[in-house]
Amino acid sequence: MRITLNGEPYDLAGPLSVTALLGQLQIDPRRVAVEHNRIVLKRGSFDATLVAEGDEVEIVNFVGGGDGN
Amino acid sequence: MDLLTIADKTFTSRLIVGTGKYSSPAVMVRAHEASGAEMITVAVRRVNITDRTKESLLDYIDTSKYFLLPNTAGCYTAEEAVRTARLGREAGLSNWVKLEVIGDERTLFPDNEQLLEATRQLVREGFVVLPYTTDDPVVCRKLEDAGAAAIMPLGAPIGSGLGIQNVNNLRIIREFARVPLIVDAGVGTASDAALAMELGADAVLMNTAIAGAQDPVAMAEAMNLAVRAGRFAFLAGRIDRRMYANASSPVAGLVGR
Repeated sequence: MRITLNGEPYDLAGPLSVTALLGQLQIDPRRVAVEHNRIVLKRGSFDATLVAEGDEVEIVNFVGGGDGN
Repeated sequence: MDLLTIADKTFTSRLIVGTGKYSSPAVMVRAHEASGAEMITVAVRRVNITDRTKESLLDYIDTSKYFLLPNTAGCYTAEEAVRTARLGREAGLSNWVKLEVIGDERTLFPDNEQLLEATRQLVREGFVVLPYTTDDPVVCRKLEDAGAAAIMPLGAPIGSGLGIQNVNNLRIIREFARVPLIVDAGVGTASDAALAMELGADAVLMNTAIAGAQDPVAMAEAMNLAVRAGRFAFLAGRIDRRMYANASSPVAGLVGR
């Protein structure tokens, strides 16, 4: 199945939870925020939220910055 | 004790610093220490999916020591900024946001119309909103009315290092601001930060002036001192400016008169 991950097409074997997706991507869930189909998820709902075919997922974290860019 | 209070939080330091443009994380850590800052602003960006080897910024920031202020730097519409603020809240687990909505690429001046719209929306959602704005007293008042927890007028364009360009506007903003006034952007060197504080700013936020200095750690310490010196001078109450000299020694008792 194909999803859009951070704006790019991304192929996955099948539907999975956000927690499983982060695990597959080797991303520490405590360090990121996740948006699923334009809804920002609470960290507590990563387990229960299912990512399916055609979904849009954004995974962001903090980077260096002050103003602008 | 002279504390800075914004919304429900108090700070001892009146210097807020950024995390961008440092030559290395180690230099950033030392500069943060030297600055004495308690609040540090961070940007929100997509995780690099293909290259997971990069270290996370949070590996270098002791969040038990520093309060993180997520920003919406780089956003050009209210919608983008609101979306970024919501993500920042989940990543940082605090409802504070340094709100930026840029309106022009070359000057990085804010789009005040979009900024006001985003401020209203985020205030409705329970955010503590610190908006970066132009040094326009009317816009600052509108942001206050919209529920901003502080107002953050620029001293000069972001990263320009030009120092405070419109002293009089900042004075006027100081006159009627009911929420903390933070001068954000434009500081080039220590005297710029001191001047902002002497004018009555409650705090100064900077990034490039420290990170871009030849010795960022030394500059961070200079800024730490300048912000404190400027604050002390403001509280002490400066003398009036006058055209002619006014001797500080007594005229009476001069030898030979």
